[in-house]
Amino acid sequence: MTRTLRAVLATLALVADHAQAQLAIEITGGGGNQIPIAIAQFAGEAQLPPAISDVVEADLARSGRFKTLYSPAQNPPLTEASTVDLGAWRSRNADALVVGGVYPAAGGRYEVRFRLYDVPKQASLGGLSFTITRDQARATAHRIADFVYEKLTGDKGVFSTRIAYVEKRGPQFRLMVADADGENAQAMLTSNEPIMSPAWSPDGSRLAYVSFQQKKPIIYVQRLADARQPVPTVNFRGSNSAPAWSPDGRSLAVALSRDGGTQLFLVGADGAGARRLTSSGGIDTEPAFSPDGQWIYFTSDRGGSPQIYRVAAGGGDVQRVTFSGDYNVSPRPSPDGKTLAYIARNAGRYQVAAMDLGTRQTQVLTDGARDESPSFAPNGKMILYATDAGGRGVLAATSSDGRVKQRLSMPAADVREPAWGPYPAN
Amino acid sequence: MTRILHAVAAAALAATFLAACQSTPDEQAPAEVEERKPTPPAPTTTKPIPPTVIPATPITDPSKDPRLKDPANVLSKRSVFFDFDSDAIRAEFVPLIEAHAGFLRQYKNAKMLIQGNTDDRGSREYNLGLGQRRADAVKRRLVLLGATEAQIESVSLGEEKPVCTQQTEECWARNRRADILYGGEF
Repeated sequence: MTRTLRAVLATLALVADHAQAQLAIEITGGGGNQIPIAIAQFAGEAQLPPAISDVVEADLARSGRFKTLYSPAQNPPLTEASTVDLGAWRSRNADALVVGGVYPAAGGRYEVRFRLYDVPKQASLGGLSFTITRDQARATAHRIADFVYEKLTGDKGVFSTRIAYVEKRGPQFRLMVADADGENAQAMLTSNEPIMSPAWSPDGSRLAYVSFQQKKPIIYVQRLADARQPVPTVNFRGSNSAPAWSPDGRSLAVALSRDGGTQLFLVGADGAGARRLTSSGGIDTEPAFSPDGQWIYFTSDRGGSPQIYRVAAGGGDVQRVTFSGDYNVSPRPSPDGKTLAYIARNAGRYQVAAMDLGTRQTQVLTDGARDESPSFAPNGKMILYATDAGGRGVLAATSSDGRVKQRLSMPAADVREPAWGPYPAN
Repeated sequence: MTRILHAVAAAALAATFLAACQSTPDEQAPAEVEERKPTPPAPTTTKPIPPTVIPATPITDPSKDPRLKDPANVLSKRSVFFDFDSDAIRAEFVPLIEAHAGFLRQYKNAKMLIQGNTDDRGSREYNLGLGQRRADAVKRRLVLLGATEAQIESVSLGEEKPVCTQQTEECWARNRRADILYGGEF
């Protein structure tokens, strides 16, 4: 079968897999200083599944920064307009309380309103009102969780973001996009050949990835909203891989073997105009832009073993970044540019580590044996990565201080290559 | 008398048959030519039967060369295996590479794809680079042996298409390899 025919037979499906098993998320470690919070059932939420207070509670618990308290059902139910006996909640050891209601509105729509209370201060911290359609209940709950998270921690919430990952089921590979909690998983691409290295464009509208559909690695850039057959974007002679978006979304740093070896190049986001970035006798790969666009971090074994280096994005001198250990790869700068997550091999075990780019101090964050592909949440507080559990590929997340741990798994499938998407454009 | 004639005819037929089969690799006749009607024996004379001349048509399409799939032929062997973290060509694989170089020299229109592979330890993208090194090493050797650079594309599959998944030395060794494919196979 010719390459072209095989490429044509690769299918693209935007299929909502509601009936299929979804990523199951369990929290396996807690953080210190968790804020005790009670989320009361929203009045009338049963008429608009999923129950909004349940989704808010799950989001906040999953962040590891909240201890969610049991809220007994109130009769009459509490709403955002109720006069709340905050003293009673204080005696339940709550530091914060969320109350709200769901109300039918015109045209089959609903109004969702909520209020957040600081219980010790006996003060309202504000609230919001949304007018939504039936299918927006879950997304609205995520926005409420974002509001609560930001008010109480000072950090932006990531509950309304999405993740991409690759799922392998038997011989079939799928590039999946799901909500950050694993819900609403949709297949962007289905293939009988491997897929790897998904990378979100900074505005969240496109995914770059590597596909082996044509028996060699080729980079595709696909719009999430586009249901057409994907066409190759970067397909030079030899291998094309490791796509990394520039912060302005106009270029990709990529690893190409077209000139011999594996070296870094810059190309336009449409694949045009390749410009060579590194020249070494080794393997240069895994480029990652710093958030200010000034530096490109990358993996290179030019010094004899794989280590992390960086080069000015316009080209120039290469600086070495990692010096301890004989295997440091997969550099990922944090969204604030102050930390570098990467994979370090210690005594044969591959683990997620973080380096403070100011002090150059490093810390190992995980204790797996085969951890790979670290990806920061857009608020920099969590790092998503791939690991093994019981012989199966699973995703996991660690807080950037290593204290909170999560595992995301899919029954009967191998999950790998995660990429955390950006904040949604508002 | 008839029995002798039959024997002579049979012997002549056998002789021409054998003559047609004795061909060098460069002049192998296509299979159809051997399906020919036997010439009837002369009824009453003793004239010898002239040998039939079978024209040989050379193969111009490399993908039709039966040696590529003949298990007894080194050209059907397509995998070069490597040591851990290495792209050095081991001596035991040099004859295989020499045979494929000969094939590429013979068929100037042949196209080859070399796919490099690794075991699954470490970063996927870095392993793509290691697999590329292995594919490049085989390509370099082929070009040194007279193949044309334009005939060969070397790519990497990294750790993405393993032939086995056990976490054992034996399985890891089976995945550290470069595979040779010809046009029509990819």
